[in-house]
Amino acid sequence: MNKLDKVKRIVIQKTLKLDCGKSISNFPIAYETYGRLNENKDNAILVFHALTGDQFASGVNPVTNKEGWWSYAVGSGKAIDTNKYFVICANVLGGCMGSYGPSDINPENKKIFGTDFPVITINDMVNAQYELLAHLKIEKLFSVIGGSMGGMQVLQFISNFPDKSHTAIPIACTASHSAQNIALNELGRQSIMADSDWQNGFYEEKNKSPAKGLSVARMAAHITYLSKKGLQEKFGRKLQERDDLKFSFDADFQIESYLRYQGSVFVDRFDANSYLYITRAMDYFDLTKQFNGNLSKAFQKSNTKFFIISFTSDWLYPTAENREIVIALNSLGKDVGFVEIKSDKGHDSFLLDVPDFLNAVKNFLNTSYGKINEKRI
Amino acid sequence: MKKEFNIIANLIETNSKVLDVGCGDGELMDYIYNNITKDIRGIEISKKNVQKCIERGLTVIEGDAEKDLKQFPDSSFEYVILSQTLQAFLDPENVINELLRVGKKAIVTIPNFGFWKVRLHLLFKGTMPITKNLPNEWYNTPNLHMCSIKDFENYCNKRNIKINSSNLGYKNLFSDLGIFIIEK
Repeated sequence: MNKLDKVKRIVIQKTLKLDCGKSISNFPIAYETYGRLNENKDNAILVFHALTGDQFASGVNPVTNKEGWWSYAVGSGKAIDTNKYFVICANVLGGCMGSYGPSDINPENKKIFGTDFPVITINDMVNAQYELLAHLKIEKLFSVIGGSMGGMQVLQFISNFPDKSHTAIPIACTASHSAQNIALNELGRQSIMADSDWQNGFYEEKNKSPAKGLSVARMAAHITYLSKKGLQEKFGRKLQERDDLKFSFDADFQIESYLRYQGSVFVDRFDANSYLYITRAMDYFDLTKQFNGNLSKAFQKSNTKFFIISFTSDWLYPTAENREIVIALNSLGKDVGFVEIKSDKGHDSFLLDVPDFLNAVKNFLNTSYGKINEKRI
Repeated sequence: MKKEFNIIANLIETNSKVLDVGCGDGELMDYIYNNITKDIRGIEISKKNVQKCIERGLTVIEGDAEKDLKQFPDSSFEYVILSQTLQAFLDPENVINELLRVGKKAIVTIPNFGFWKVRLHLLFKGTMPITKNLPNEWYNTPNLHMCSIKDFENYCNKRNIKINSSNLGYKNLFSDLGIFIIEK
């Protein structure tokens, strides 16, 4: 059975003009929903996933048989309570869990796209997901929420569709991808492209897979999702199932073994070309530049109530970058709240069991939901 | 609720746009939100208090009033409230200037160092005064720049700051707290 038999997909009939100049049409978007849309259709929340996420935010992912990537936050009685809200999550354009991506067939030559797939952007991703809302017959969302690249999509979504959501929660993200983050993404891409099995992106038709390259890319990226303190506390210099150093290049240290494991399991669930395309989309993200250097203008037409969250130990998308979004909104007098959560878990904090974070999201959503009929939001 | 919260809330016009600087756990904001205006938000430096404000469903920005007021444009609020924290800032003069830039009006409260109990404490005991509004010892007080109601009035006169409604019946000698509405 094809893994994609287990995913819900719709085919977007419209033609979508991409930022790169090309157009796509009749393309699939894979999605999952949790909870129920109520009669008023006012309880829908669109969750945007991060680089290596997918539409399976909660429950068991039927393809990987692992817990959904945001199981701490999304579910019955959780911060994003599926008893109360109708949660929608779609696989991004360029992804590898059923949405249109580099593993799909190129209609022009009937071969797998590989690197012939058009380069996509965060803007393209949210425009594609907007079409999904029409399919689900949702006029106005209660909230859009996402961390990391998911947060970037939140910002772009509100900028593109200023009246489409009552509230917005960008988490641990930025309005403009930094040089450091572009550098780290480039490291991952080069690692994939240095694998001879990558075959210039046409590995699938040759029945090859750049697993080593993708695995190293994941290992490097994984370090950036943690904090120095978190790593030190979890691993320190602990040795891996041995009493002493082996004077070899085997994984002596637990941290080495851990990273190797993270790399090896990643390649089973993720496509190397998708990794290239999605990291590129992140690098190209510069909402400030889209508005000629004035980020405020991105939000000028919106009355969405914002709640921005960062983490103390996140050095990948540090508080200062999240604050820039707060400042841009404040300069327009928009309704924006901001909190920096204390956590040693680095950028990954938003995916983990961080009670202060989960409580803040829960309280913001629940109190805001009670107010959506007031005129303010 | 603290008695001055009621006085402050009554100074604010219905449905006006308000910023509470150093909003604490949001008690005052909550009262104003439910009774005076929905268009209110706060700035608060303590993470714990920020969480409490979020629990109450209030809009709050975690931040430092000494640095983070500059992100608000001129006259972006009808009222900016600074309740009893002026004396704790490193640079209160800068904060006052920022309050008056960001708000059309600023409501400032100060613990009055000219209060008779404070005067008597220093006169007879010869030690730094401890009262309800000044509960700390000299070595652990967050208050860096204590002043009296008279000091504050003198300051405003010197800087051509208009005291719109001063003190509301309180006097330098008889009140432990000064409440002012000031504007440029």
